[in-house]
Amino acid sequence: MSGILQKLFGKRKTSSEGGSRISQDREKTLPLPANQPSVIVESSMPVGTHLEPPQFIVGCGQSIGRVRDHNEDALFTLTTTLVGDSTKIPFGFYIVADGMGGHIHGEIASGVATRAMASHVIRNLYTPLFSVFPQSPERSLQEIMQEGIQAAHRAIKSQAPGGGTTLTALLILGDQLTIAHVGDSRAYIVHPNGRIEVLTRDHSLVKRLEELGQITAEEAAVHPQRNVLYRALGQGEPFEAEISTSPIPSSGDLFLCSDGLWGVLSESEMYQIISEAKSPAEASQKLVAAANAAGGPDNITAILVHLPG
Amino acid sequence: MGGMGSVYRARDLHFPNVVKLVAVKEMINHARDPLVRETIVQNFEREANILATLSHPAIPRIYDYFTQNERSYLILEFIHGKDLETNLNDNPGVFTEEQVIAWAIELCDVLQYLHTHQPEPIIFRDMKPSNVMINQHNHVVLIDFGIAKHFQQGEKGTMIGTEGYSPPEQYRGEATTLADIYAMGATLHHLLTRRDPRLEPPFSFGERPIRQINPQISPELDDFIITSLQYDPEDRFKSAEAMKEALLKVAHETGTLPRRPVSTARINITSSIKPLWYFKCEDEIRGTSQFFQGVLYVGSYDNNLYALKASSGEFIWKYPTDGGIVSKPAIADGKVYFGSEDHRLHVISANSGNIIWTYYTDGPIRSSPHLAEGHIFIGSDDGYLHAVNMISGRQVWKTETGAAIRSTPLVSHESIFFGTEAGDFYCLDYRGEIKWRFKAKRSITSSPVTEEGVIYFTSLDSTLYAMEAKTGWVIWRFRMDRGSISTPFITSGRIFTGAIDGQIYCIDAHSSKEIWRFPTDHQVTGSPMVYNDSLYCGSVDGNLYCLDYQTGRLRWKYLTGGPITSTPVADDNLVFIGSTDHNLYAFSA
Repeated sequence: MSGILQKLFGKRKTSSEGGSRISQDREKTLPLPANQPSVIVESSMPVGTHLEPPQFIVGCGQSIGRVRDHNEDALFTLTTTLVGDSTKIPFGFYIVADGMGGHIHGEIASGVATRAMASHVIRNLYTPLFSVFPQSPERSLQEIMQEGIQAAHRAIKSQAPGGGTTLTALLILGDQLTIAHVGDSRAYIVHPNGRIEVLTRDHSLVKRLEELGQITAEEAAVHPQRNVLYRALGQGEPFEAEISTSPIPSSGDLFLCSDGLWGVLSESEMYQIISEAKSPAEASQKLVAAANAAGGPDNITAILVHLPG
Repeated sequence: MGGMGSVYRARDLHFPNVVKLVAVKEMINHARDPLVRETIVQNFEREANILATLSHPAIPRIYDYFTQNERSYLILEFIHGKDLETNLNDNPGVFTEEQVIAWAIELCDVLQYLHTHQPEPIIFRDMKPSNVMINQHNHVVLIDFGIAKHFQQGEKGTMIGTEGYSPPEQYRGEATTLADIYAMGATLHHLLTRRDPRLEPPFSFGERPIRQINPQISPELDDFIITSLQYDPEDRFKSAEAMKEALLKVAHETGTLPRRPVSTARINITSSIKPLWYFKCEDEIRGTSQFFQGVLYVGSYDNNLYALKASSGEFIWKYPTDGGIVSKPAIADGKVYFGSEDHRLHVISANSGNIIWTYYTDGPIRSSPHLAEGHIFIGSDDGYLHAVNMISGRQVWKTETGAAIRSTPLVSHESIFFGTEAGDFYCLDYRGEIKWRFKAKRSITSSPVTEEGVIYFTSLDSTLYAMEAKTGWVIWRFRMDRGSISTPFITSGRIFTGAIDGQIYCIDAHSSKEIWRFPTDHQVTGSPMVYNDSLYCGSVDGNLYCLDYQTGRLRWKYLTGGPITSTPVADDNLVFIGSTDHNLYAFSA
């Protein structure tokens, strides 16, 4: 019973009936555990160095935040560079998933979905690509991404029934960037000139009402249902992710994050941290720290992919 | 999982001598708290009692109900038929306006019956295709009266308690009779467009105008559904009765029965458009013309290549070959390059039409030349892709593919792309070596086009392909109803193509989602072309169509005397099209 209220009335709002919800009033702010923000350093190569062969430099960071008592976000990164004979195949696959708050299955849902999605794409795209005789799969990239989403959707239904999660996945292959997206995690392109482009559309009820002109941005910011999603993995039938493909920008960064980050940092703050950091790893770490400094009301996850240009 | 158990088909054994079928609906009570369990059962029984008093042909009769342990059962009239969601899934086509109006009138009737129920109106709450059965006499029957809802409280079906058909006020917890009107509008929208609202953002019907997706629908019915789907409940029809009245008015105005007066309107549209000029060749024009500096170059099946003054159609010269010309000439440095079914690539002066040189292949040439990097790239029915030096006319290399090449090569990304009649798609480097190859299920006559590092082409295997130019990996595939030999046209992130199913398709290049489709009366084998904000496309039905390229709405059409297989060309505010009626026509764009 409390599960549906949680679902219906917000990912992390207190519900009047459910007694076990996390509430900012009742819950003490937790001290920061010693190990955070935990950052996986993939490379410490400073940004701005020209690299040959062209390659992606990736950093990521995650934190439980300063209010929650457990982590419901999940992340996955995989970056490969293959250069040989005449082939140069850049491949990257990145996922951020944010489980539906509070519910017992929230953290399981994001993890289950991320594993199902990653294993599907690795089996159907990555392995054939890097086999001795590379063979393109019969199905299209977008079909494989959509199947991965469906696999994640089914995995939640069987392994974390009732749970839900956002999921935003970026696939880099050749010169094209394919995005599969559900929920309100975000993908951005951070252009070198400071322009930040949002590649995803939040599947949020309040965002939708704002789009329709029914409420103003100010009303949206304080709307009691501002955390309600109209689409999330593991929820609803039939189900489809938004999938689209566009050329990879020649320079700048791709940035993926959960709402624990974009909810508290402005785009200009993001740009400042990214442009001042020496590496994507440092940038991710500082972005997560900045979100915590801004209150860290939610789990925070960030993946930053620096483009070779 | 949830509260809904199963629905069983059962036989009533009270009547041993006849077969009386009933539906038995089983609901499972998952509540752990005994008080909650009790309330659920009470609510169920209360509603079963209300439903048992209803008597309407579109509502199944209730024979009995009972509860045993954690399961409750409802015994209902058995409906022979299929629900509308199953109907949608089983039928690839769209329902006709007449059919949808007939069902909608019945839905209004039953909603009116429920909404005027005494002492309290009954709100159906869950109008959607899967809850509307069509019985064996093609009448609607509402099923699933929300009675199962009491058993589903622990289940999280959707985020905001709406499944795409529900009105905006539902997220505020309001449900009035006007909610049923919205949901009925949403159901009709889904039937007429085949766009499942559960896969779209909530309250976004306005972004999917019915007539953009299905131009066959009358503006009157479109308006009716728009009114039903108003965001603000007060802007919708006031009652099911008012809704039915409006619907009858639509049916009256459009004449519901077979043909609507739209056809006469179309004739009017047609007759108002006249060509500025036309030029008659001695045989069919199957190929596409080329515009260059005020002159139009066009090949004909009468073996000649003609040069005409674009403004007036005045004959300038003609150049005879020994075979039909079905391709599109290319022009550079004052020369016209084109292939003929006489096996030769001809190069002639654009000014005089005098021969400069010719190049022989071992088969008829139906591919058009692509000029790049000082070379001519052209396919031939001899199975080779030929690279010829533009100045000397000498062969630089040729690459064997084993099947006729009628697709026009594309040179881009330091590669040469083309398809073959065997269904192979090739990517060659400048030395003619294969970089990668892709196999479609049927032949690729369509010519590739490119934008933003992606190659697009169609195949007779009914697919529009989007391929990564570098690797040859398929980014997406779009299924058409039939195969295609039409070359796609790209502009502002949209792909336009025709198919032998007679449709002109508009597809979003990034998401591969269909934006609109326009049906012509026969195959579309030529290609669409966008000029200014109009899309021009010929059809084997003989018409040149002019559509609003954003919405696919018909602006005008012109009927020529024969099938059109070529692609229109536009320049200087003029549009040119050749027809198999031997004529080349010019229209003002």
